[in-house]
Amino acid sequence: MSAIPFPKPDPKILARRGEIVAGLAALLPGECLVTSEDERRAFETDALTAYRRVPLAVVLPRSTQELASVMKFLHKEGVKVVARGAGTSLAGGAIPQEDAVVIGVGKMNRILDVDYPNRIIRVEAGVTNLAITDAVAADGFFYAPDPSSQLACTIAGNIGMNSGGAHCLKYGVTVNNVLGLKMVLVDGTIVEIGGEFLDSPGLDLLGLVVGSEGQLGIVTEATLRILRAAEDARPVLFGFPTSEQAGACVASIIAAGIIPVAIEFMDKPAIEICEAFSRAGYPLDVGALLIVEVEGSPAEIEEELARIVAIAKGHGVSTIRESKSAMETAAIWKGRKSAFGATGRVADYICMDGVIPTGELPNVLHRVSEIVAAHGLRVANVFHAGDGNLHPLVLYDINDPLEQAKAEAAGAEILKLCVEVGGCLTGEHGVGIEKRDLMPVQFSPADLAQQMRVRAVFDPAWLLNPAKVFPLEGRTPAQ
Amino acid sequence: MIPVDETEVADVVAGARAARRPIAIVGGGTRAGLGRPVEAQIRLETRGLTGITLYEPSELVISARAGTALSEIEAVLAAKRQCLAFEPMDHRPLYGTRGEPTIGAVAACNISGPRRIQAGAARDFLIGLRFVNGRGEIIKSGGRVMKNVTGLDLVRLQCGAHGTLGVLTEASFKVLPAPKSSATLALHGLSDDAGVAALSAALGSPFHVSGATHLPAGIGADEALTLLRLEGTEHSVRHRRDALIDLLAPNGGAEELPAERAAALWRAIRDALFVAEPRETAIWRLSVAPTSAPKIVAALADRIDIRHFYDWGGGLVWLAVAPGEDAQAGSIRAAIAGSGHATLVRAPQAIRAEADIFEPLSVPLMKLTAGIKTSFDPDRIINPGRMYTGI
Repeated sequence: MSAIPFPKPDPKILARRGEIVAGLAALLPGECLVTSEDERRAFETDALTAYRRVPLAVVLPRSTQELASVMKFLHKEGVKVVARGAGTSLAGGAIPQEDAVVIGVGKMNRILDVDYPNRIIRVEAGVTNLAITDAVAADGFFYAPDPSSQLACTIAGNIGMNSGGAHCLKYGVTVNNVLGLKMVLVDGTIVEIGGEFLDSPGLDLLGLVVGSEGQLGIVTEATLRILRAAEDARPVLFGFPTSEQAGACVASIIAAGIIPVAIEFMDKPAIEICEAFSRAGYPLDVGALLIVEVEGSPAEIEEELARIVAIAKGHGVSTIRESKSAMETAAIWKGRKSAFGATGRVADYICMDGVIPTGELPNVLHRVSEIVAAHGLRVANVFHAGDGNLHPLVLYDINDPLEQAKAEAAGAEILKLCVEVGGCLTGEHGVGIEKRDLMPVQFSPADLAQQMRVRAVFDPAWLLNPAKVFPLEGRTPAQ
Repeated sequence: MIPVDETEVADVVAGARAARRPIAIVGGGTRAGLGRPVEAQIRLETRGLTGITLYEPSELVISARAGTALSEIEAVLAAKRQCLAFEPMDHRPLYGTRGEPTIGAVAACNISGPRRIQAGAARDFLIGLRFVNGRGEIIKSGGRVMKNVTGLDLVRLQCGAHGTLGVLTEASFKVLPAPKSSATLALHGLSDDAGVAALSAALGSPFHVSGATHLPAGIGADEALTLLRLEGTEHSVRHRRDALIDLLAPNGGAEELPAERAAALWRAIRDALFVAEPRETAIWRLSVAPTSAPKIVAALADRIDIRHFYDWGGGLVWLAVAPGEDAQAGSIRAAIAGSGHATLVRAPQAIRAEADIFEPLSVPLMKLTAGIKTSFDPDRIINPGRMYTGI
């Protein structure tokens, strides 16, 4: 029994499945349409694997025009649509429903234009995050947001969730790095928002669409800001006897006016899991670890590191290890970025994404361990400490329904705690279905109603990713 | 009306809605010339909503009520060596206004300055808002933490909406450490094309340029000046300054400006002082792809008299023109041809009431914009017509 409810599929749509599929087949070649049950099953979930729903059909258009024709048809037929990038959402943002058609952007994966003098790149939405940086890395440039899933996740999904990553402390999240979008609205209308310039005219629709979780339309192209990479960058490992000391050190670094490129935190369980997987050379005799990355010229790096080392010493740092080579740097980041995958080898987990004021780090880490222990479960913490974006991984056995319920209950308590101390439910993963029913913890009914009225401007009939973000009860307008 | 708290703001709005009487929001009044004139029977002043409500330097966040003077916030931040990194422009010189700019207007109008090219705009630092919508409801969006993707982002929707979607009552901004030192390099006598090319080269370098401006001859000095600003710790600035001088050798050789002159120039660039006089000229702000900016300017200069300079590496063009009938809106928008946008920042009242102040939107985007206005303000009583007819 799944704890998070899905809306009941519309029997009228299910009954018309053959007709709807035939309509789609008239619009697209066979290679762009997935209809057999076996093949549809490949799209039944995302990275929130405890929940699964086989969609009515899956469409993989090759162009904006093709995608628009599909949207127009489905809108006319009143069929729901779930947008999908690579299906790496940890919040269930891409999980379908039985009466919905999945529209995936995976076939639209071309880099369209690279413009170094203006420092922009134009891409189709199905291109992966890492492929963007790969396209410009040889010329010394990069695309800044770097979610851990960057090898697989698409820019479409990044835009849908306003994804972040380890290096966002200095360079911002997706919304700070997108200049323009091409998007298909629910009725098939193609719109362009922003472009190759700063601050789009009129209302900031770009800011609204980024992070809207596929509820306002489907993005098919993006114009992104690319940046010239620093002369050099060096991650340094700082081991501390306790999590509290590491947390206090983070607050002191920021308070001293130092904004490193990244400050990543791992507690003992996370260090052990990641080290076993990646052999990155993380110290195993510490209670918590910070990965602090600084960048610039060698002299600038030395200067900033000296200040950080002095601060860390004030917080009882027990191990300091600098990366000495590009290989070591790669290993250090590989270990961190494979944290979720590595954890998945040890146990099933749900990954929380709450954000807290950084001053609350020691307090919240302590209370998280109490909450999880009270449910008889284990937790590994690995997260972006510089901006207070926690990722407690609550470990459980997916085949034990009782444990799953306990894990979800512990997760909900952790997120409520984040809101209670002044933070929020999600910093970069999105609400999806996972945190949908916790929205009233953070928002008043009036807050939510205002958001839903804005949503309704784009999708009055709740056809786009309709099971997500907003609690199923009390929707505006009512479904 | 001068409400002293959020509840009173909600009461004013609810009363105005019941009476179908439109409201004009008034902050410090220093940017009243920005946007289309609002015809309203009720003036809702935010000067009763003041005070910093939260400042945690170690968490890089400040919150203040909307009517709080920007100068108060900047002073409090400076005492802890922090700043609003987006360097908000002061519109007083351009409009010849007095009074104190407020933090609410910075949020409502998305006001940024030269550092926008590197650090981001006001909209990139605004992390939380409280406001009263046109139904008289108190709404919050975002919060006080650095990352937040919970629900739809109404914060960004409000930032740059010029008060058309509600009365902002409190804003939270991410702040950053103030730069410890700064250096400004100047290249002399470059054409617009060569100046913007030098800015592109510098911005495409690893040296973190935080200001990139080209002042054509006759703007600020007799000969053209191409300016690049570096900020950070003393060591780092010195290193990057030397590296950038080497990099720019093919562009004509850069020299460092004395600190005082540089600071005065960046203030003048931020506030568009170079085009403030003569007062009767109309002023435009064009946002375009940097490398296309000199071409657009050249095409315009063939047709009309202009004075101009470039900020944001060329991507922002400040333009002064004779007011004429429509402040040359037709020529300017034709020159941009959809590959950017133009905002009429200053013009006589009669033109402001008639011309498109903000870039006209495509039909579907206009429809969405109107729908969003209605979703916040169903009877269109808050700052009606400030951005577009009826919006």
